[in-house]
Amino acid sequence: MTTIAIIDYGIGNIQSIVNSLIAVGATPIVTRDSADILSAQGIILPGVGAFGEGMANLRKYQLIPIIFEAVRKEKSILGICLGMQLLFQESEEFGHHLGLGLIEGCVKKLPSQPGEKLPHVSWNQLYPPTSERWAHSIFQESVPGIDMYFVHSFAAYPHHKADILSETPYGDTFFCSSVQRGTILGCQFHPEKSGPAGLTVLRNFVQIVTLRN
Amino acid sequence: MAKKRLIARIDVKNEYAIKGIQLEGLRKVGNPNDLSQRYYRNGIDEILFMDAVASLYGRSNLFEIIRLAAREVFVPITLGGGIRLVDDIEAALHSGADKVTLNTQAIRTPDFISEASKIFGSQCILGSIEAKRKGGSWEAYCDTGRNETGLDAIEWAKRLEGLGVGEIIVTSIDQEGTKKGFDIPLVKAICDAVSVPVIACGGAGTPAHILDLFQKTTVDAVAIASILHYNLFSIEALKSFLLLQNIQVRV
Repeated sequence: MTTIAIIDYGIGNIQSIVNSLIAVGATPIVTRDSADILSAQGIILPGVGAFGEGMANLRKYQLIPIIFEAVRKEKSILGICLGMQLLFQESEEFGHHLGLGLIEGCVKKLPSQPGEKLPHVSWNQLYPPTSERWAHSIFQESVPGIDMYFVHSFAAYPHHKADILSETPYGDTFFCSSVQRGTILGCQFHPEKSGPAGLTVLRNFVQIVTLRN
Repeated sequence: MAKKRLIARIDVKNEYAIKGIQLEGLRKVGNPNDLSQRYYRNGIDEILFMDAVASLYGRSNLFEIIRLAAREVFVPITLGGGIRLVDDIEAALHSGADKVTLNTQAIRTPDFISEASKIFGSQCILGSIEAKRKGGSWEAYCDTGRNETGLDAIEWAKRLEGLGVGEIIVTSIDQEGTKKGFDIPLVKAICDAVSVPVIACGGAGTPAHILDLFQKTTVDAVAIASILHYNLFSIEALKSFLLLQNIQVRV
């Protein structure tokens, strides 16, 4: 059984992630203990809510060095929603806040677009930036245009196009709906709330983690 | 672009799913967990559980139902009815709900909305409006459509947005359970008044009712009950019909 540590930093509804990992055959542990996190085969950084509060809580529970240590050991880590945004350098949500800086780029409010509402609460489509980008990724058998569930007002803008794993249309623009740099992954949507398609993404993550260990 | 959402609304009384007409004359329609699981398998986009009696008796018995549902339903789950305290919201989220919807308590103490949305994020806090026609306008009701509040429903929607709700769900008491179509002027007035996503509830009986609503308003989602509980149309049929008419939904 593949153990996935879900980092518990007092933010968001973790139960759905626990349930979905069980549904795809993994063993989730909800923890903020460094030994638990570093001994798990994969890590999920969950989170909903405000960026500043998310970073403050990671600091409060002294989780930042543990996340860096896990990344240094090339453990697969998946940030979900706010968890993805925290991977970036900085955010403009309620002032200016520094993030983990694992991926270059910043987090900004979605631009106001005709026919779209803020917050963006909806199922919306994912497209690969290039036709080969999804091979061997968490989207390996997903069809371009697949729908996932989003609930957010801010989005990440990576500096390097190569870090973008998928893009999602919003009015006349696209935003980055998932990132990958090596073993560091993030998705703005909620795979644990995106029906069978979302579970497939989590199953692929668990499979990638299993194959790496 | 953002897809229009179909939400299954399951009203719960004790351990039963129930359905009324104009929020009254409740009839049992099944086991809430059987229904939620079936709707999930058939492609529903979200589930909304409403405790039909919680705001009367000051308690909520839905947490156990939510706990079971969250193990097998992997789309967003919202809980409404009987939420009064920060602790209630925490218990709802801990059970596996993603969002809560507030009506009666929001009317009694509007500051509770801003407090809750600061703590849990506005994506998690929905404002529920139960509206009844009064001449040319609509009045907001509380306690599951039983008590008048004196509040104009449209003004109340704007106030709820200002207090920090992430979405607004508007139920037409006049249309609820009638299967005669939505109160489109009401939904349109709310959509025009606020910029947060709006969910319309009350009156869906045919696919054409839902189409009419999506064509005439900018509403983001519909909550449906009778159509599903009484097997009038399948979720697949509803979605195929909407897609044929160029309304974008998740398949």
